[in-house]
Amino acid sequence: MNIIVVGCGKVGMALAAQLNKENHNITIIDNNEKVLRHAVDTLDVMGIHGNGAMLQTQREADIKNADVMIAATNSDEINMLCCLIAKKEGNCSTIARIRDPQYTDEVSYLRDELNLAMVINPEMAAAKEVERLLRFPSAMKIDSFSKGKLDLIRAKIPEHSNICGKKLSELGKSLNVLICIIERGENVMIPGGNDEILAGDTISFIAKPHEANSFFQQCGIEYSPIRSCMIVGGGRVTYYIAKYIQESRLNIKLKIIDIDKDRCEFLADEFPDATIINGDGTDQDLLLREGIENLDAFCSLTGFDEENIMLSLYAGKLSKARLVTKINRIAFENVISEMYLGSVMYPKQIVADYIVQYVRALQNSQGSNIETLYKIADGKAEALEFKVNNNPAIVNHTFMELNFKPNVLVAAIIRDHKIITPGGSDFMLPGDRVIIITTNTGFNDLKDILA
Amino acid sequence: MNFSMILYVLAWVLKLEALSLILPLICAVIYHEWASSAAILLTAVGAAVIGLLLGQKKPKRTDYYAREGFITVALCWIIMSLVGALPFFLTGAIPSYIDAVFEIVSGFTTTGSSILTEVEHLGKGLLFWRSFSHWIGGMGVLVLVLTILPLGGGYNLMIMKAESPGPDVSKMVPRVADTAKALYKIYLILTIFMILIFVLSGMPVFDALCIGFGTAGTGGFAVRNSGMADYSMLSQFLITVFMIMFGVNFNVYYMMQQKRIKDALHCEEARIYLIIIAISTFFIGCNILPQVGDLHQAFHHAFFTVGSIITTTGFGTLDFALWPQASQMILLFLMLCGACAGSTGGGLKVSRVIIMMKEIRKELTVIIHPEAVMHIRLEKKSIEHSVVRSVNCYLIMYVLIFLISVFLISWADNFDFTTNFSAVAATFNNIGPGLGMVGPTSNFSTYSDFSKLVLIFDMLAGRLEILPMMILFTPRVWRKSTW
Repeated sequence: MNIIVVGCGKVGMALAAQLNKENHNITIIDNNEKVLRHAVDTLDVMGIHGNGAMLQTQREADIKNADVMIAATNSDEINMLCCLIAKKEGNCSTIARIRDPQYTDEVSYLRDELNLAMVINPEMAAAKEVERLLRFPSAMKIDSFSKGKLDLIRAKIPEHSNICGKKLSELGKSLNVLICIIERGENVMIPGGNDEILAGDTISFIAKPHEANSFFQQCGIEYSPIRSCMIVGGGRVTYYIAKYIQESRLNIKLKIIDIDKDRCEFLADEFPDATIINGDGTDQDLLLREGIENLDAFCSLTGFDEENIMLSLYAGKLSKARLVTKINRIAFENVISEMYLGSVMYPKQIVADYIVQYVRALQNSQGSNIETLYKIADGKAEALEFKVNNNPAIVNHTFMELNFKPNVLVAAIIRDHKIITPGGSDFMLPGDRVIIITTNTGFNDLKDILA
Repeated sequence: MNFSMILYVLAWVLKLEALSLILPLICAVIYHEWASSAAILLTAVGAAVIGLLLGQKKPKRTDYYAREGFITVALCWIIMSLVGALPFFLTGAIPSYIDAVFEIVSGFTTTGSSILTEVEHLGKGLLFWRSFSHWIGGMGVLVLVLTILPLGGGYNLMIMKAESPGPDVSKMVPRVADTAKALYKIYLILTIFMILIFVLSGMPVFDALCIGFGTAGTGGFAVRNSGMADYSMLSQFLITVFMIMFGVNFNVYYMMQQKRIKDALHCEEARIYLIIIAISTFFIGCNILPQVGDLHQAFHHAFFTVGSIITTTGFGTLDFALWPQASQMILLFLMLCGACAGSTGGGLKVSRVIIMMKEIRKELTVIIHPEAVMHIRLEKKSIEHSVVRSVNCYLIMYVLIFLISVFLISWADNFDFTTNFSAVAATFNNIGPGLGMVGPTSNFSTYSDFSKLVLIFDMLAGRLEILPMMILFTPRVWRKSTW
């Protein structure tokens, strides 16, 4: 595919490198010649020097034949303008980096009005990851569908779990989640009513965000909820984490330490429930006084990688807290991975991953109507989100009437913000979104699920 | 100091007062009280003539700043009271001029403390004027002036700030004049609605009007010697409900009018105000149950008295000075606490109390986390430090003036502590009846003239929230230049 990346900062570079590896044709636009030359020298890409928001520059980059345009300069407004022009001039999917917290409440409006395929916000994406870690300390992996209304969670079933050895049909209604995939050794299967769960299985299940915890308890997965969390550094990632915690009413006591007085005032204003401490987060006395030894989670999210690493090592030594460390520069990875830093966040890498995933889905689905695609169970299965179009073969038939291919599961129907876990008598309507779990590959349209 | 501009505004106040005397005049004529009619007419004509002379042409210098605003407010209330006292004095109904001034200041400041033993001797016309002064004073006279007099500039907000109760005044619409209009509109509609309901509940029309004015302004002048005891239980209950309604921040009604019902229901101050009322009623109801004997009666009177005291109205159905001490103490707390900011009630105001409580919590937290950054929030918004500071300063001034007043009247009249203390509390918080010798069934006539002057000052200071009255005693503001 032909991809244009505007802005050659850390995100732009990470993206170009990754997409380049997947054999896409990359054109980078930047108005800093030095950075551009570096990119062209190290990667197999084309560089165009100029202002990405100018039509002239975009034409030079052959916008008419581009498939994807990614605007990742450090200005949100320029990014939006880039995408707007690209959409008017060419016929490509546009992705904009919009990361100013002021715009976060308007993202969906901007997305619709500017016709953006995707809005990326590295700090928000990182915060989302942290929030998931805080919410489900026991989960191995979480993917979300329909803007976070549903989570696909992967977890390992421990020995002595009371759902072990029971058939799914026996468990039936007592489960409030839908088990989509069972991985047993090398086998990956989509379970039916007669299949049973064994100890040591890794299962993936679909759940609403607040339902997962009770399922963890039900099946005896060790689950100690996080009740207190200390964050050093009050930057954007912290802002979003606090916002998520406040919005989702998680019962987590948050303590944020930042050295900047004005930032503290701002955070105190935004988050009345959090304790905001104005002090040096690398001051041992302060950390001890604020109770670093009795914590459930500790996040070092300052702007300095070295400080973050030191803080996490220190916290890890003093407490049993779950650690989260933010690292901005992707360097010395092999050294970092040897240290005990808990979950390491690379915000830039997270968004690069998101975009690569999107481009991959776009490539797989050219001419199809896949909304989201996740490779799950180590790539052996796929979870796809479709929008239902007006196909008479599919809509208005109950599931009992439809003849599905083997190994296909309709995991959820999302209709007018309501989530339906489908049974035999349910049916799909045009405009619904459905989530399909399958071990088959190459589905491009919803009709492919029918035999 | 722009004296000509102040004079010009005062002229308007006089003209308005002349206009507002027309209603009691009509009332006096209807009841054939010719002496009262003549006195009211004379006062009205006098005020109108002086007003017209002074306000003949607009001054050339129209600069108008915060200090002019504050001085105007203080002077306006004093002059209005001096003129308003004339009808009582001229008819001879109240022979002493100081007593007459006390009575009308008590009216305008919505206090409701009286020096009269026999209220009914006053005659209907004067009784009407007395109660009507509550209604005028409740919302503020200058706020009314602002709606008709375009002063221009942003400084007329200062007038509103000086006259409206509460720690922080916010405009509801961009222009001060429109805000004032919106407030008066709500005030007028609620009052008319209330008077209609009173009449429907079986109250005589004259009583319904006077009690209505007293309730709307949270004043408390009764028109009968027996206070409220003559009216039916239903009427008393309705009076309670309306008293409490007029103690709620008027912004809430404005929001309801704007169909922002959800915002209106989430008003933190109003909620806490209602919670205080509920808890106090419950406590007092249980506390007086053995004395009253009947459950329904006990809670009825507890509810009425709590509503009457917290809104600083001061109506009484019975003598709460005979209640157990614990109940009386709660009433004293309620006197100090007062109603919501931006209502017609007096006292410290619930929002100030909330801010002070949150300050205490903040101080305690800072001991545990010395570096913690905490904001004090009201209505889900952080309040600026300057507001918190002014609340603290207000409390200091409040306590000082309170103590000095208690000292002065104890010095002049050697009454017992409860009487003196509650007399200051009742006037300074614009409530009306106190405890002891100034309880609901007695009055302030026993005090000497000096004490009455002190209490007059307290009433004005309480209604105008201290600062405008204090500014009058600051020599610096009286100099012509800003130096």
